[in-house]
Formats: sequence, structure tokens, C-alpha cells
Amino acid sequence: MTLSVTPLVASAIAAAIPLLIAALGELVTERAGLLNLGLEGMMLMGALAAFVAITHGASLPWALLAGMLAGAAGALVFGFLTITLQASQVATGLSLTILGAGISSFLGRDYVGYRAPATFETLPIPGLADLPVVGPLFDLNVLGYAALLAVVGVWYFLQRSRLGLHLRSVGESPAVARSLGLRVNRIRYGAVLFGGAMAGMAGTYYALAQLKMWQEGLTSGNGWIALALVVFATWRPGRVAIGALLFGGVTALGLWLQTVGVGVSTFALASLPYLATIVVLVSISADQQALRRHAPAALGKPFFDGD
Amino acid sequence: MKRSTFLGATVASLALATLGLGAASAAEPLKAAFVYVGPVGDGGWTYAHDLGRKAMEKALGGKVVSTIVENVPESGDAERVIRDLAAKGNKLIFTTSFGYMDSTLKVAKSFPKVEFYHATGFKSAPNVTIYNSRMYEPAYLAGIIAGHMSKSGKLGVVASFPIPEVVRNINAYTMGARTVNPAITTKVVWVSTWYDPTKERQAAEALIGQGVDVLIQNTDSSAPLQAAQDKGVYAFGWDSDMTAYGPKAHLASAIEIWGGYYTKAAEAAVAGKPLKQTVWGGIKEGMNDLVSINPIVPEAARKQVADKRAEIAAGKLVFTGPIKGQDGSMKVAAGKSLTDKEVDSINWYVEGVEGQLPGQK
Repeated sequence: MTLSVTPLVASAIAAAIPLLIAALGELVTERAGLLNLGLEGMMLMGALAAFVAITHGASLPWALLAGMLAGAAGALVFGFLTITLQASQVATGLSLTILGAGISSFLGRDYVGYRAPATFETLPIPGLADLPVVGPLFDLNVLGYAALLAVVGVWYFLQRSRLGLHLRSVGESPAVARSLGLRVNRIRYGAVLFGGAMAGMAGTYYALAQLKMWQEGLTSGNGWIALALVVFATWRPGRVAIGALLFGGVTALGLWLQTVGVGVSTFALASLPYLATIVVLVSISADQQALRRHAPAALGKPFFDGD
Repeated sequence: MKRSTFLGATVASLALATLGLGAASAAEPLKAAFVYVGPVGDGGWTYAHDLGRKAMEKALGGKVVSTIVENVPESGDAERVIRDLAAKGNKLIFTTSFGYMDSTLKVAKSFPKVEFYHATGFKSAPNVTIYNSRMYEPAYLAGIIAGHMSKSGKLGVVASFPIPEVVRNINAYTMGARTVNPAITTKVVWVSTWYDPTKERQAAEALIGQGVDVLIQNTDSSAPLQAAQDKGVYAFGWDSDMTAYGPKAHLASAIEIWGGYYTKAAEAAVAGKPLKQTVWGGIKEGMNDLVSINPIVPEAARKQVADKRAEIAAGKLVFTGPIKGQDGSMKVAAGKSLTDKEVDSINWYVEGVEGQLPGQK
């Protein structure tokens, strides 16, 4: 029995990257106090937009831009309803998921069955990419490297920058932030649009880097996992990265164990991601204090920013 | 309006409507409905059923109108959807996935005048008819090509659920390949879903990572084929012709052809004599085939496929002995064949398939 672990790591990382991108965007949105459950819908819209752009001759950067703009457009709808009109965030987010799935499958009909003419290919870093086990970390495509940089970027922005501090205070107490003269709604719009653009980028990853085609519902529920990751990570970027790897890893592990002929029930293997979800949920909710300390205090609450 | 007048008017109009219906029934198109487990755009299983539905509508030229419901989960939701379609006046309802079996039977009990057709199941009722396709026939032919094309001697299957319908395809694929190279082995990865492009692709990549160089799938999307294309190995299309998804990797497609059956069922219903016979067709009946063989496949392989195909079309059974089980014991003696019932309940791997079949000791 030959046990090559490197393909397992490669597969885990490939699955983790889009989760990481989408979750980082959602993390910023939630730190500003808004719960956008529409991730899946925005990812699908982004995926389709990027795929349509590439089939009509756009270059990869433009296709990525199209994907991010489509995600942001979905987020703008969410923002208008929840920030400006103060509609329920949960209901709006859910509608956005349904809307995104519906629109993308409707508009995507004519694009089913074609391969993307250009795709994001891996750019191995010479020397490092051939290392056993950790090699795949240095064998990513542009979006993969961007995702890793984004972890550091988002952390720096939230913890070290003035605007990040403003954003966090808006998420903790918009009333106080407002009384200090911060433009609460403007900051929230910015956070929501960032989340949408990241979701669009995650969708672009599925369409142009992983599956390299358009299929209805190609994100297959990963938007929901990304959403859960934010809570698992207690709203901290570094932990989102670890969580994404863990979740990408459990699915990959279940499949990999089968190929190397380990005699574990496939039913047990198929339930691994769910078991992992339960374990993580239980372990983080065991420490209620930590959960409360890290959750943005105003998360999900409408705020009337005006006089 | 007084209540009594209102009631009277309602009764009268109802009576008129009933009479009107009776008179117009000859011109009124028959309503048929299709329940799909995935989106029509899956490019595989559901797409093949929808091609069949369109062929039926075309053949009957306005005598049948059909509706579809996509992405129906194989859970309690299925019953709700099927019940709803029956209540809306559909006279023919095709439920096109294994997991709809019990829901179909339940709803059929409440609607005795509606004809239900369930694909790939094994439970029937007076108004529930089963139809299925012997996909193991094209799978066997695909195996022959795989045997010729594999350099590593390792084949892979991206499989959905460990049910007989899938197990026999894995067996047939492996048997076909071993007629060319008796040392060939098959690795199987179960993904526990019919349609999940991401997971199907991951499974394909996991297999390729272990040295597999010819893949086949028993899932519904084209993701495994695409993975093969990207990694420079070979794969087969499944259910629908998938050439376009990975022209370099694609060796051939094992396709389902439902149009003929759907047309027959609809014609019979329009004529007032609904089909009640269980149908389990294959290459002989024109219900499936192996098509679009890649030009790179050598002549010897093509000839072997053509010969075997002719044999199957003439009635030769795929599961004809000698067939050895995974442990090398003789499962089917030379000259004997598995009966349809045995093929339909097969729960063991043939020699050459690696790993343990889930659920078996």
C-alpha cells in the first residue's frame, strides 16, 4: 500500500481556498454588525458572471473583476434593504441566497456544457512546491496566494488600522460610534460590499480555477460552510484559515482514505464533515464567555442612522 | 349575493365544467410531469431524462404537455412535490431517481387514476411501473477501452451509493477491462451523493493522486471528466455524451436513451391503455449505448468493443461465467449467467475491484 499524503494535502487546500475567501469577506461584514446569510447566492452570481465574462473573451483579471462586481451587486441589494431600509437581516440574507441561486441558474442556461477558455492555473514556487506534504501550499493559483495574503490583510486592517477600529466599533455599538461622529451607514455599506466582492471572488474560484465550467449550483452549499466558519473562528481571521483547512481537509480525508484502501465504513467517512461541525460547535460553545467576548455586540440588529 | 344563490351558481358551473371537460377531452392535451433529482443543466443523468422528455413531446406533437421539477431531494420533500403534481391534474408522472421509490408508492395510493413511472427502483404497484436501463452493458464496453488505454493498470470509479445499480456497473467495468489485461485493478471512491460537482471532482483527484489513469463515474455531473482532462488522464462520460467537457480526456460516453420509452408510455396513455410492463432495457432495446469513442482509441479496442456490442445486442448476457468474486472464489460457473433478479440484487465485487463494499462483511 503506497501512502502518498501530498495529494491529500493538495486536495484539502484546494477545497479550503474558496471557503477562506468567502469567510474572510463575511467576517468583515459581521464585524461591522451585519449578518449576511446570502453568501451562497452572491458566490453563485459571482461564479456565473466570471464565467460569462471569460466566454465572451474577457481576460482573467477582467473576469475576476466581473465576478467580484456581481457579488458586490448582490451585497448592495442586501445593504440597501438592511442598512437603508432596516429590513430583517436574516430574511434578507436568505432571500439573497434564493435569488442568487435562481438568477444564476436561469441566466446560466446557455453556458452549461462549455469549458472555460481561460482558467487560473497554478503558479508553483520553484523549490518549495516540490516539498513533500507542505508542497501544495506553494503550488497555488493567483486566487490561492491572494487568499493567504488576505488573511494577513484582513487581520491588519481590523486590528491595526484606524478604519478597522471604526468598523469594529460600528459592529459593537453603532449608537456610540454615531455619537462619536462616525458615519455608521457608510462604514457598513463598505463592509457589506467588501463581503460581496469576496464572495464573488470565491465563486470565481469555483468557476474558473476549480471546476473550470459553469454548472447550476456549482458552489454546492459551500457558502453555508463559509458562513459557519466565521462563527467557528470566533470572528478572527487566522482561525478562519485554520477552520477552512479543517473543513476542506475532512471531505478530502474521507475520499483519500477510500483510495488508499483503509477499511473504514464509507458512511462514517461521509459523515466526517458533519461530525467535525458538531465537535467544533460543542467546543466553542463550551466557552460561552469567549463566544460573547468575540461576537460583535450589535450583530444582526438594525440601526437607524439619522435624526 | 346570497349564500344559496352562490352555492347554486357554483354547482351549476362545476357541472358545466365537468360536461365541458368530457366533451373536450379528445382535444385537451394529456398532462405529464417529470421529477428530477438534479438540474437539467447537470450535463448527465437529469439532462438525459430531459432529452427524453423533449423527444416525447416532439413525437406526440401537442397531444402531451409536460412540466418538470428540478433539484428535488430524495427525502420527504419528494413526496410533497409528487403529490402536488398529481393534484394539479398530471396523468403521467415520471419520478427519475432511485430515492423517490417510497414517496412515489405513497402518493400513487392516493391517486389511483394517475399513472406513475419510477426509474431504477424495485417496488411496483397497480399504477406504479418501473423502468430501468442496463447501464452495465455500456459500462462493460467502456471497461474494454479502459483496459486498452490504461498504462498504470489502475482504474478508478467515482461512485454514488453502494446499491446494486452502481455495484454492477463497477463490476462490469472491471470485467471488461480484465478481458484485455487480467492484472488490472479498480479503485472505488464513494461520494454519497448523486450530484455535487465539487465533491465528485475531489474524489476524481484523490483517485488520480493514487495512480489511477482511466476514470469512470456513476454520478451525475461532468466534474470527474474535467478533473481527468486537467490532470492529463482519461475518463468516460456517463449518462449523457460528455465529449465537450473534456475532449482530450474523454474516451467515450455511456449514455442513457429515454426518448423511446417516454414516447411509448405517452402514446399508450393517450390511447387510453397505459403501459404497465416493467421495462429493463439495454443496448438491444436502444435504451443505452456507448457513443463518441475518441479517435485516439486504437483500432484493436474499437473492434473488440464493436464485436462485444453486437453480441450484447443479440442477447448475450454480460454477467456470464466464469466470474470470480473479489476473493478469487468462483461466483458464476462457466456457461452459467446471473438472472435478472440476481443482477438486480448484486452485493459483491468481482475479482480486481479493490476495497470493501460498504455494508458487506
